[in-house]
Formats: sequence, C-alpha cells, structure tokens
Amino acid sequence: MESFVLFAPLVGAIICGFTWKIIGEVVAQCVATGLLFLAAFLSWVIFLTLDPGAHELGYYNVSILRWIESGTLSTDWAIRMDRLTAIMLVVITTVSSLVHLYSFGYMAHDPHWSEGESYKPRFFAYLSFFTFAMLMLVTADNLVQMFFGWEGVGLASYLLIGFYYRKLSANAAAIKAFVVNRVGDFGFGLGIFALFFLVDSVYFSDIFAAAPVLAETKIAFLWTSWSAIELVCFLLFVGAMGKSAQLILHTWLPDAMEGPTPVSALIHAATMVTAGVFLVCRMSPLMEFAPNATAFITFLGVATAFFAATVGLVQTDIKRVIAYSTCSQLGYMFVAAGVGMYSAAMFHLFTHAFFKAMLFLGAGSVIHAMHHEQDMMKYGGLRRVIPYTFWAMMIGTFAITGVGVPVWIFTFGEIPVGFAGFQSKDAIIESTYAAGSSFGFWALVIAALFTSFYSWRLMFLTFFGHARGSKDTYERAHESPASMLVPLGVLAIGSIFSGMVWYQSYFGHVDYVAKFYGITFTELSESGHLESHEGDISADSDKVGAHHGPVGSGDSERHAAEHHDIFSGQPGEGGLYFSPGNTLLNDAHAVPNWVKTSPFMAMVVGFIFAYWFYVLAPDLPRRLAQNQRPLYLFLKNKWYFDEAYTFIFVKPALSLGRVFWRRGDGSLIDGTINGIAMGIIPTLTRFASRAQSGYIFTYAFWMVVGIAVLITWMSISSGG
Amino acid sequence: MDNLLSITTFLPSIAALILTLFLRGNDDAANRNAKFAALFATIATFVTSLFILFGFDPDDVGFQFVEEGEWLFGLKYKMGVDGISVLFVMLTTFIMPLVILASWNVHTRVKEYMIAFLVLETLMLGVFMALDLILFYLFFEAGLIPMFLIIGIWGGKDRIYASFKFFLYTFLGSVLMLVAMVGMYIDAGTTDIERLLRHPFSFEPFNIFGFHVVGGLQTMMWLAFFASFAVKMPMWPVHTWLPDAHVQAPTAGSVVLASILLKMGGYGFLRFSLPMFPIGSEIMAPLVLWMSAIAIVYTSLVALVQEDMKKLIAYSSVAHMGFVTMGIFTFNQQGLDGAIFQMLSHGFISGALFLCVGVIYDRQKTREIDAYGGLVNRMPAYALIFMLFTMANVGLPGTSGFIGEFLTLVAVFQENTWVALVATSGVIFSAAYALWLYRRVVFGDLIKESLTSIQDMSRRERMIFAPLIAATIAFGIYPAPILDIIGPSVQALLEERNAALDHAFVVTQWALN
Repeated sequence: MESFVLFAPLVGAIICGFTWKIIGEVVAQCVATGLLFLAAFLSWVIFLTLDPGAHELGYYNVSILRWIESGTLSTDWAIRMDRLTAIMLVVITTVSSLVHLYSFGYMAHDPHWSEGESYKPRFFAYLSFFTFAMLMLVTADNLVQMFFGWEGVGLASYLLIGFYYRKLSANAAAIKAFVVNRVGDFGFGLGIFALFFLVDSVYFSDIFAAAPVLAETKIAFLWTSWSAIELVCFLLFVGAMGKSAQLILHTWLPDAMEGPTPVSALIHAATMVTAGVFLVCRMSPLMEFAPNATAFITFLGVATAFFAATVGLVQTDIKRVIAYSTCSQLGYMFVAAGVGMYSAAMFHLFTHAFFKAMLFLGAGSVIHAMHHEQDMMKYGGLRRVIPYTFWAMMIGTFAITGVGVPVWIFTFGEIPVGFAGFQSKDAIIESTYAAGSSFGFWALVIAALFTSFYSWRLMFLTFFGHARGSKDTYERAHESPASMLVPLGVLAIGSIFSGMVWYQSYFGHVDYVAKFYGITFTELSESGHLESHEGDISADSDKVGAHHGPVGSGDSERHAAEHHDIFSGQPGEGGLYFSPGNTLLNDAHAVPNWVKTSPFMAMVVGFIFAYWFYVLAPDLPRRLAQNQRPLYLFLKNKWYFDEAYTFIFVKPALSLGRVFWRRGDGSLIDGTINGIAMGIIPTLTRFASRAQSGYIFTYAFWMVVGIAVLITWMSISSGG
Repeated sequence: MDNLLSITTFLPSIAALILTLFLRGNDDAANRNAKFAALFATIATFVTSLFILFGFDPDDVGFQFVEEGEWLFGLKYKMGVDGISVLFVMLTTFIMPLVILASWNVHTRVKEYMIAFLVLETLMLGVFMALDLILFYLFFEAGLIPMFLIIGIWGGKDRIYASFKFFLYTFLGSVLMLVAMVGMYIDAGTTDIERLLRHPFSFEPFNIFGFHVVGGLQTMMWLAFFASFAVKMPMWPVHTWLPDAHVQAPTAGSVVLASILLKMGGYGFLRFSLPMFPIGSEIMAPLVLWMSAIAIVYTSLVALVQEDMKKLIAYSSVAHMGFVTMGIFTFNQQGLDGAIFQMLSHGFISGALFLCVGVIYDRQKTREIDAYGGLVNRMPAYALIFMLFTMANVGLPGTSGFIGEFLTLVAVFQENTWVALVATSGVIFSAAYALWLYRRVVFGDLIKESLTSIQDMSRRERMIFAPLIAATIAFGIYPAPILDIIGPSVQALLEERNAALDHAFVVTQWALN
C-alpha cells in the first residue's frame, strides 16, 4: 500500500506526459487525477490506521531497491513509515489531488497559449511528478534518498514556475528558484557528507542512534574544530532555509508566483516549502542535542516571520501577498521546531497546508474570474460577483489570522474552539513564551498582528468596496466552475476542523502526543512514582486509556493538575524525539492567560486597523505611503534584498567569469604556453612575425617529435 | 575464446582496412556504403564487447581475459582487463555506434572520415586493455593522430589552430611520460604492467639541481605521468586546449573527445600513478585536490559567460573532470568509485550534450547562443531531451550525473573539508550556467526569423539519443551493475596502496632510528 501511494503519482505523470497523444488529453488528465485521489484515499487510510506502538521503534520500513553502494556507504530506495511520514503523506496527497481537480477548471482556457496548443497534459504530468518527488522526500529512510526527493521537487518547481515558458519573467523566476535552492543544497550536501564522515552511514536509524555520541564529538571543519552535532544541524538547516524560503534564501519564493496559481497552492504553500520544516523535525534526535544550532533556527524563524509579514503589508499583487504570508508562516514553524516543540511545528504545517492551499486556490478563483488580473488595486466589490469564492476566502482568512474563542472563556473539553490556524499558531506562540524567548514571543505576536492586517487588507481590497477594475472585466467576471469550487469546499472543511480534531494529537498532553508519534513516555505522579509507558505494548496502552479516560472527558482537566508526564523515548524511536529535559509541552500549557490571549488580541487589532484603513478611510493608506515614503519603498521593494544580491553575487560572479576567461585562460595560460612554445625555438626573431599564422605550431610540433625520438634513442642505447 | 580482447580491439581497424582497400569512388552510393560499413563494424564491436562484460567476474580482482605474446623487435604484446578498465571498454564500444550514426550528415571525404573513427576506436580500446608499457604508450599517443586529423580536416574554420594546440599540449605531456617510462624500465627491468604494479619503486629522497625531492624517484615519475594525464583530463590550468578543440571539432569528434578521450587521463591515474607510485601520489595529493577544486569553480564561472554553446559545454566538462581527479586523489573507496562512475556517466551526459548542440548546429550552422531562443515552440522532443541532459549535467539525483558527484564529494569531505567546501559550491554554479544556457536556447518566444521553420528531431536523431537516455536514467536509479564491477577492484587497489604506504612508513621510521 505504501509503495502504491508512492508510485501512483509517478505512473500518472508518465502516462499523462508521454501517452496523451494516444489516449487523448482529457483521459490523460483523468488518469493522473484519478491515481492521485486513490493515493490520497490510501494515505488517509495509512494515517488513520497507523499505530506506531505496534512496531518496535515506532516505525517500519519497506525496502524497494538497492541504490548507491560504495565501500561502507550504502543507500537503498526504501520507505520509512512513521507518524511524521504519515502526516506528510496526507498533506501532500490531499492537497495534490485537490489541486489536480482544480486545475481542470483553472487551466481550461489559458490566455498564455493559443487555440489548439496542448499544454494541459504537460501541466498535469508535472504536478504528478512533483507529488512523486515530494513523497520520495518524506518517505525516505536515509538522507540520500531524501536528497533525491529534495532535488526532485526542486526540478518540478523549476518546471512549473517556468511553465509559461514564453514569458521571460517566468523563466527568470524558475532559474532563480532552482539556483537559490542550490545554495541551500550546498549546505544540505555538506551536512550529509559530515554525517557520513561521523557516523559512517546515511540511514536515519544509524544517525539517530549515534546522536548522543555525536553530541560529545568534535569535528575539524575548515579552520577550526566544532561540536559535531551543532555543525551538522546548522548545515542541514541551511538546506531547509533554501527550500523553505527563510530569510537570506527567501528571495525566490515571491518570484515563484510567476507559475500558474494551482502550482503556487500545491508547491509554494502547502507542500514543498514545508520540506525544510519536515527536515528539521525529522532530524529532531540531532536537533535536541544542538542548542546553538536550534537557537539559530529560532532566531531565523522569528526574523523571517517578522520580515515577511512587514513586506506583505504593502504588496498589491494578490499572489505575492499570500506568498509573503507563506514565508512568514514558515517562519512560525521554524520557531516551533527551533525551541524544541516539533509537534507544534508539524501541527502548523498540517493546518497551514489546508488554509494556505485554500487561500491560493481562492486567489486563483478570483484571478480566473477577473481574467488573469492579479493586481488587487483593480479588484474591489467582488463579494457579490463570486460569492462561493468569497466565503471560501473568508474561511481561509479566519483560519490564517487565528479566529477562535480564547481558551479562558470556553474550551470543548480540553480543545480550544476556533479555526485551524487558531490552535496551531497559538501553540507555537505559547511554546515560544514557555521556552523563555521573550524576543521571539513579542516578534511573533507582532507578526500575527501584521498577518491579520494584510489578510484582511486582501479581503477588503478584493471583495469589499466598489469596483476599481475595468468595467469590461467586471461584466465578464463569473463564478468558477464546480471543479474549482469543490476543492475549495474540501479545503474549507479542513481549515475549519483540522485544528480542533487533531489538537490533542499534536499539542495535547504528553501521553496523547507520545502515542500519536509512538514515543515512550514516563508518568510522573505527584507521589513521585515513576511509571514508564511503552506506547508500543498493548497492555500498557490499555492501562493508559483506563487512567486518563477518553479524549475530551472532564477527567482530563484533573489529570493535567495531577500528572506531569514526560517524554522518555530514545533518539530514533518514533516519529519525533524529545530529550528528557524537554518539558516544553507541559510548560506551554501552563503559560499565563494573557500569553494565551495575546495572539487573539493581535488578530483583533490587525482586523481593526485593516477595517479602518481599507473600509472606513480608504484614502488613508495612500496618504500614509506618501508621508512615510522611505519606509514604504523599503517595504515595497522587499527590503532591497534582490538588488543587494544582484550587486553582491550575480554581477561579481559574471565579471569573475569574464576575467578568468579573457585574462586567466586567454592572456595568462595561453599566453604563457604560446610564449614557451616560441621560446624554445632558437631562431625566435626570424619566426616571430609568423607567430600569428599558426606556422609556429608546426615547428614546435616537429621539435617535440625530435626530442621524443632523441630521448627514445638515448634510453634504448644506454639502458636497454 | 582466448583472444576476445584482441578481436574487440582490432575489429574496427579491420573494417577500416577493408574500407581502404575495397571501397572505391566518391559518389553517394560509396558514401552510404562507407557509413553502413562503419556502423556495422562498431555495432559488431559492441556485441563482441558484451561477451567480455558477461564473461567478466567482478570478484576476481586480477586481470582477466589476459593475452600475451611476442611482437615486433622483441616487444611484448599483452592485453587484459580488470574491474577498473572493463567498463571503459564498454563505454567506448557503446558510444562509437552512436558517433557513427551522428555523422550521417557528413558529405566530404566520407570514407576517410569513417576510417579515422574506426582506427580511433581501436586505439582507444587498446589504451584501456594494454598491459604492456610500450603497447600502452603506442595506443595512448597514436590516438592523437586520428583525432588530430578529424579536427584538422572536418573541423570548423579555425581548425588548424585548434588541432595544433590540441596536439602540442597533449604531446608535450606525453614526452615526459615517455621519459618516465624509460626510467621505469631501467628500474624494474620489465615493461609488463602487471609486474610493474608489484614493483616497489624507490622513494628515497634525493637532491636534484639543489631541490630536495621528497619521495625521490616516485615523485619524479609521478610528476612525469601527471604532466601527460593532467593535460589529457584536462585539469586546470592546462585545460585551454579543450574548448578550442571542441569548438572546431565536428559534432562526432566532440562526442568522442568528451565521452572517451578525456577518460584516458583518469584511467592513467588509476592504472599508473596511484598503484605504482603510492608515495609520490600521497605527497602530491593536496596539490591535485586543490587543482581540482579550483578547476570546478573556475571553469564553472567561465562557463557562465560563454557565448558559444560548445565552449560552454567544454568548460563544463573540465569542471566535471575536476570531480574525477578530486575523487581519485582522496584515496578512499567512495572517491575512486565515484571518480570512475563520474567518468562513465560523463561519457553519456557530455556526449549527449554535444550531440544536442550538433542537432541544432546541423540545422542552423551556428553555435552562437544568441542565434537561438524559443526552440521549444517548434522542437518539443528536442527540448525534453536537452532538458534531461541539462539536469543530468547539473547532477540531479536520479540521473547518473548525481552519483559520481555525490560519491567524490563524500570522499573528499573525509580528506579535506576546505576542498569539499569549494568543490561543493560547484553545484550552485553548474545549475546557474546550465539552466541559463537552456533558457537562452530553448525557452522564450520563438521570434528569430531564421528559426521559424526549424524541424524537430528526426527518427535517426532520436535513435541516437535513446540509448544515452536509457543509460543516464537507469544507472542513476540503479547504479549497482556499475558499482558492483568496479568496487572489488578498487578495494584491492586501495588495499595494496595502503600496504605500500604502511611499509614505506615502517622503512622511514627504521631509517630515522
């Protein structure tokens, strides 16, 4: 079943991409889409029936084929199935299948192509291929296979960003995405090399088992000696920075919006860009031993969340706003992973996939209705024109801004009530506070305020007010077909409920989370009595069930006060690893109420400002932009990162290339060698004038032959 | 069959001889016959070489299919293959039919052209099989002559300059190698490579012209061989002949040059430098590692600014060969495995890339990147194939290009992290130049007047690419067939090298005491 999920998209891609001329365009698209829905269904089956406790270390492997084997280095093609993989499976296949379906409508009449041109099978084939590569990434049981998926999704992303290959800007964006990601891969690669050097294996199981040893190991790298585990974690994170568009390596993501909108939803919102978060969570057994590297991850996550949110405030292209929003939300996930609350990172990854995919698909629906106009300044008042899209976007906005009931007012059992982003974002912010990072906490709250502001700004500019676009466009504007609305509906359900349904599993009490991921935990009752629970053993889990009662029962409240369970798994066991000293999950639940309420307040304040700026006083933003021109331009131009990079990297690389070519190869090397060639000719002056004509080489040639003959003769006569 | 290797080696030459003697005339029919004769000969060679492959026992680390005999002037004729060389033989026989097929559009002096390629194939195969020093030298150097002629006669407009540059460079290195070979004969009293591999060459330090030479004779000989192999590779900074040679060579010539001839340097390192002069290699390894790392970055940057497609791919070849030399001089299993794999994979990929250039050169008669743009609009099949090999060239996992790069980088990290850092940065530059080339040639709108009626690939052209595509993907996903063959031989080589080094260490310690 696992293999089917993995290879169905590949088969779909091949059938769709290579045989559409034979089986017809529509059939080809249907095959690709059908296979994905099947894969999605099976993924849910795997996700819901997976019982990590039933396997020895909380996961199981499915071997497929040998891959690279050289000396002690060996890698297989194999599937590692644990909770982390299962989460990613449902996220990927669900969003991907919905995006496939959506693309039937969205790609039906694309103005970038003339009548009669076939572009749809290619598009579907790329989408399916992407899904396959992404699944390879998350199912890998070793770093090299993961790198295969890592690069595979990079290729798919490159192809899809540059899908409109006649557009120069799309091509440029595609190359930029690939090359910037390669900068990340540079770090990722070095991380893999370092791990192989240290552990002599690239399998996760071996690497994780060696984590405690690595924590004590020093490695000589470049000019000095480093803590092995810190270095490895840092290098791997550089890879994650590239793929997940974190600050410094984020510049490709906004440009990636050149691709068709379904691509943005699938790759640049829900799945591929979260691969970096997945990597950090997958490497949690290492990260737990690397306090400095994770501090850096936290810092960069905070910085990205804040930076991207500020830029999102002033963008006018609807897709770019959402792109910066994605960048910012990814920052949140990294903060969670950085402080050691991997489960919260995965939680946000999970919920974010639903609501962000929906926001993008909703934006696509708007763009579709408006005949491929993406400038929000030319929208306005679309609420009545495309009501379904409006409500879908509304739910997405509720989810991303974190609308919900503050926990001190009401909870359903122990579950906070609200849209999906409410639980997961609050989980991150609470964890950050609990981890003692007040800088991180405040930056994230402010970023949440900005998130709320730009999300509502998007809504108000698009759906409220009066129409600002051309009359013609508005008259032809229409609601999208069912193939586009159905995915929106499904994702809306996810955006509303996914947070509440899985709250306990991701961010509930230690015992729930431990069982969800297949980690051992220890019960610390008030009497100090220690009781170890191996989630794997059925007898034990029965006991746990008896202890705590069913999910959501009033008993749980009492339980929280009485017991403080702690994770006590070994590195490499289960989907995630929490070191015994990591009590963040308990601490996060115990933060003061004002902390728990602050994201809610930020959301409200952001909404109020957006309402004031774009509904009550629509003239205000323009005036503000004029008054604060330098600040406005600074944000509008995305803090001038692109300009700086062009100046620092691109231009010097090109001029260096030219210098090496003309001066290095031309003057220096060829010059010297020609010089020597001429130098050994005794009658240099006589032939100098002929040097240009190539005759010189004839002479040099015969000279060399002469020397060769001479040497041969000498050696044979003396030595032979 | 006792003389399978000789049959394989000389089969193309026999075909060449038949062409010389019996094919008359210069009309279309004669030309066609010449082409078909060459094609059949190369395919037959490939088929016979398959017998070598299937008869080869990977677990036997010695030489197999060994043939020995007397030859002219008391010289010895000895051939054999081991796990290191057998796949180069296969690469050669695999590429040659495709090369002939790619030459279908040649119209001038077709017979001579085919003869040149057939003779070249014999000489290249000889290099990989020869087990006698003199024999090796003959094959190694004589291979220059047909290539020299191919560039000089069927090349572009600056072909004379390029061919002489090519000849001069490579020949200069060879002279030093010859001197070293004479020295080896004097020292060991044999020209048999099998026996030379077991002969301990002196490494006692001595002074020459006031220079203190660490590693003594071994270092000197290593340097002499290095001069030849480094040029053949080509390594930075003696690589400048390659771009010129490629640009001027006809497509088929470029393919042979990139796919096979460049591998002779790497093969030489593995057959001579490493096992015969382990101390010299050890002493000089840091130099080679740094030269390789510089080559990777330097030539990638140069590739970035090229305006001629072939030059760009030629510079990219130099960068990829940097991974090979780097891998070899890490002296560990991954490094050597990776280096050999990289050479084989580069044989498919760079060959295919030059063929890709050839496809559009045949149509437009220009290699200027600026003369193209938007080809995807009229040539979708071409765009797909070119994309595949572009990605293979940047080392995308899943293509064979990844495995060699990955293994050599893994290996070098264990030896020198600075070199690893510099070399790994090559993955960024390679992506930049390759994708930028692709974008300028294939993507964009088709607006150039001259391209409006360009035709997509013909059936013959697709037939040429099909085996290369299959090899690139198959070995990228399942490299075991290759790694299983080279692994044991490489392991044996490294064990002997380490034993020699240990022995040398003991001797030095003893001498010091």
